[in-house]
Amino acid sequence: MLSPVILIPALLNGLLTGAVYALVALGLTLIYGVLHIINFAHGALLTAAMFAAYFAFKVLGIDPYLSVFIIAPLFFAVGYALQRFVIGLASHGEDRNMLLVTLGLAVVIENALLFGFRGDTRTIDVPYAFQTIDLGFTYLAVPRLVGFVAVFVVALILWLIMSLTDIGRAIRAVAKEKLGAQLSGIDVAHVYAVTFGLGTACVAVAACLLMPTYYVNPGAGNAFVLIAFTIVVLGGMGSVPGAVLGGLMIGVVESLSSLFLGDSLGQVGIFLIFIAVLLVRPQGLFGANA
Amino acid sequence: MSTRKIPLSRRQFIASTALGAAAAATGTIAMPSVLRAAGTPVKIGVLQPVTGPLSYSGTQGQLGAMLAIEEINAAGGIKALGGAQLDPMVGDAQSTPAGGTAEVEKMNAAGVSCIVGGYASGICLATTQAAARYDLPYVVDVGVADNIMTRGLKNTFRFGPGFGVIANAAIDNLIAINDAAGKAAKTVMIVHEDSLFGAGLAKLLNAKLPEKGFQVLETIAHPTPTRDFNTIVLKIKAQNPDLVIPANYYNEYVLLARTMQQQHVKPKGIYSVLGGAASSYKFVKEFPEAANGIMDCNHWFNPLSDKAQALKKKVEAKGQFFTYEVYLNYASIGLVADALERAASADRAKLIEALASSTWAGHIMPYGPTKFVDGQNQGAAPCGTQVQGNDIKVILPAKFADAKPKFPIT
Repeated sequence: MLSPVILIPALLNGLLTGAVYALVALGLTLIYGVLHIINFAHGALLTAAMFAAYFAFKVLGIDPYLSVFIIAPLFFAVGYALQRFVIGLASHGEDRNMLLVTLGLAVVIENALLFGFRGDTRTIDVPYAFQTIDLGFTYLAVPRLVGFVAVFVVALILWLIMSLTDIGRAIRAVAKEKLGAQLSGIDVAHVYAVTFGLGTACVAVAACLLMPTYYVNPGAGNAFVLIAFTIVVLGGMGSVPGAVLGGLMIGVVESLSSLFLGDSLGQVGIFLIFIAVLLVRPQGLFGANA
Repeated sequence: MSTRKIPLSRRQFIASTALGAAAAATGTIAMPSVLRAAGTPVKIGVLQPVTGPLSYSGTQGQLGAMLAIEEINAAGGIKALGGAQLDPMVGDAQSTPAGGTAEVEKMNAAGVSCIVGGYASGICLATTQAAARYDLPYVVDVGVADNIMTRGLKNTFRFGPGFGVIANAAIDNLIAINDAAGKAAKTVMIVHEDSLFGAGLAKLLNAKLPEKGFQVLETIAHPTPTRDFNTIVLKIKAQNPDLVIPANYYNEYVLLARTMQQQHVKPKGIYSVLGGAASSYKFVKEFPEAANGIMDCNHWFNPLSDKAQALKKKVEAKGQFFTYEVYLNYASIGLVADALERAASADRAKLIEALASSTWAGHIMPYGPTKFVDGQNQGAAPCGTQVQGNDIKVILPAKFADAKPKFPIT
């Protein structure tokens, strides 16, 4: 089974899959980096965004690659509002309350989707879903390549926002020293909400990239979130390059270990690498030294 | 309460004694037949996993049961009971055995005469056992695990086929199709999900196929859910088998079929057993190209039955797909209604007797008249189906077939 004929395609495939994991992890790590909470509603928000992309295509006839320009801002607004008016208010500034509120939100969103759309598995059929690029030894699916490129675009945009804009500076200030930022006149509640919005916009982009090849049902997002949690810890909690690199790494590890160990055991490979990395670097690959 | 031969865990023991006491307190409700006046509605428990991961199947099953109850009521109810209406009590098993058991307790306390449903094998194993404590008749709608029926529970009946029957029929059908095509397929690869259903089937196929001249190149297990099938498809591509045999649930099936199409993997045939999607009208409608030519061995209605075709139209008019959950539940309710007519009573013990001696023939499944041995309907069998011309045709058994198999497809 070690022949390069199958090894190289498996490697490429791992990178392509890992890119989508990275995108989901990006949103999660951003929220963790600033708000210092694990957002348990991340998977539910991913599912909600997938439904949005689904209906944009089915009802309005908008291709997911175009609707991303509507859905991402929309979900930024949703995320902003959720943090500002639900999570922030309900948690009274206590981190562990925030955790529970996001968990509650996940339950509410998932069950609202289940109530509204039943448990049906839905898929969309875009004309390019089966388009592939022939590399001679393997085929690369076009939608997955698009996803790969998009991850780097999103990471670049995030990096630009963080380093060049006022709000980016404010976010970094709050992440580093909340009280100090507050004393310098930064509206912490606003910064929190913007960060949550950005994180939610990331999953919205991931949703639009997934829809051409994946399916949606009220539990679909959860398949990606456990893996995203792993990536966030692996890459270093709160680190953007860590999330991207961690995502790609996990994608490759998953693909190769499912090749060698079989798919049932393939998941073990992820956690073996995870444990190995944390033994050597407890702060994660790109984590700041505590 | 009947004595039970199944070993009890501490938790089950506590639950059963506590609920047994509750049942004794509500004894008059639990045995309502003595006081039942002619025409009093007969309560039927409709138990499905309508929330959780199995919610799609559960909702479809509930639809089938409710349609049958509506039709029976509209046609004048149970005539032997003075036109008594069937009164459905809907329960949600929440896709877990514990959720199902809790609903059985509720239904028992509410005085149902019978429970129909359960859907998943794991749920059915628990719910039939819970119902057995109250000698409450239970008709399993789908749950194919063989041990549901082999525990000697007197209250438990299954109208449809079990796993062993389905797997054997699948292998016999495959050999018949392959022989008719001049043994076009010699090598196979099996892709299965790694729980009881897929793994059990893979084991059986691995034992039987080599005897019949097939070479099993590789057996690949994958978990549910699996996000990505590229590696599996790469393996298939590298080995290039004549036949791919998937045994998994709908979502994974769709991803597998789409990835195979993306990677230009075209075996001579795809032959699934209880394939999640291969005998699903939804899959055929949404992915006609990927679905075309796929064969399956699965629960299927009798395509030659006018009643079945009428029901199919009715379900489709509601905007739903005519899935096996729908017609198996529809038929199971019909089975109970027939038994109620012959028992001329809603009493649980009499109903069990009537179910056990059932010879019901007016149903929509290709099973022939019912005949129960230890609760299992002996005529129950799956059908061989194939996607042809954007429709699903029955290709085997010949008696019920409405098309000839097309194999090999490439």
